[in-house]
Amino acid sequence: MDHIYDMIIVGGGPGGYTAALYAARAGMKTALIEKLSAGGQMALTEQIDNYPGFEEGIEGYALGFKMQQQAERFGAETLYSEVTGLQLKEAIKTVQTADGSYQAKTVVLATGANPRPLGVAGEQACLGRGIHYCASCDGMFYKDKTVMVVGGGNTAAADALLLSRLCRKVILVHRRDTLRATKLYHSSPEQAENVEFRWNSAVDALRFDEEAFRGVALKNLQTGEVTNVDCDGVFVAIGRNPATELVQGQLELDPSGYVLADETCRTNLPGVFAVGDVRSKALRQVITAAADGAVAAFYAEEYLAERME
Amino acid sequence: MALIITKDNFEQKVLKSTKPVLLDFWASWCGPCRMVGPIIEEIAAEREDIVVGKVNVDEEQELAAQFRISSIPTLVVIKDGKITNQAMGARPKAQILALL
Repeated sequence: MDHIYDMIIVGGGPGGYTAALYAARAGMKTALIEKLSAGGQMALTEQIDNYPGFEEGIEGYALGFKMQQQAERFGAETLYSEVTGLQLKEAIKTVQTADGSYQAKTVVLATGANPRPLGVAGEQACLGRGIHYCASCDGMFYKDKTVMVVGGGNTAAADALLLSRLCRKVILVHRRDTLRATKLYHSSPEQAENVEFRWNSAVDALRFDEEAFRGVALKNLQTGEVTNVDCDGVFVAIGRNPATELVQGQLELDPSGYVLADETCRTNLPGVFAVGDVRSKALRQVITAAADGAVAAFYAEEYLAERME
Repeated sequence: MALIITKDNFEQKVLKSTKPVLLDFWASWCGPCRMVGPIIEEIAAEREDIVVGKVNVDEEQELAAQFRISSIPTLVVIKDGKITNQAMGARPKAQILALL
């Protein structure tokens, strides 16, 4: 049974690597499978100022790397591969990857979430050529141009602010009449001179041709009126979708599609845990993901101990 | 080590290459580029049958414009001086190799 891991973690964000750290420190044979590199969504965040212990803040990518190093220091293994299938119902669970199958007594799902698309025609065709999901990645390509930010949460507000420093003009489109973002994020985009707000509005269609991206057709949700708004690019920040494709039909999900697991991180299947952004929870942050990882490892250890008896 | 491609060595190292070329357009401030960077280096170390190059879009704005790069990372495969495949965004190693 040596080749069977005590725990396999799917996903190398803060939730995954904290589970790995706690499990490895508890003496469990632990592997974490990550498709790209440590950090998950955190690695795409320029600066993290709300994870305690880093008084000057820390780059998301650097924090991910540190979490990985820390877990590996205690013997957790990182396997770089893409998980293609999960069989979670048996006592010994199987994790299929692009590079072969692995078996484990417990599985921690730490797959996180992905940006939610606008869901309008042509979005796929305009990907990277007018439609973007990462302002800090692609904003530079719109220097001195006109861009649109869609959304009203913290990401949208932060994106609008970042882009307002780079671009000639930023048009912020939100379906309500006020930002949902935390107060801290509010003032700056509202004070920036080159940010224009379009409240109660949503993108109805994309306008583009072979040559270039032209803009959008914007619908006023109160009057139903549709008007053309020109812009060189659109940054979409309307929330995220949990990455649950691998567990459809196996794990119970909440109505929004997140994996149902309470504060113990236990799912409906014995020995299967969900941590971080993929779990049904109130607050999705680096620190709450990390907390989930610790809790999941604790209950996984308890689960293994009970099965030994 | 992946080659550093500039507008000065582009023709020699990329267009005139007898092997297929995998180019990674990146920048230091781009999170997904940093995620994909180590994978690109790994491929460069493993594959002698191809040329792997990195183009810093901040320093090589002409090349970035020539390839109409507007999102990074962008990975481009060039064979016999022609683009045969390209993909935007960070992706796992197997998917990058599949581009070739």
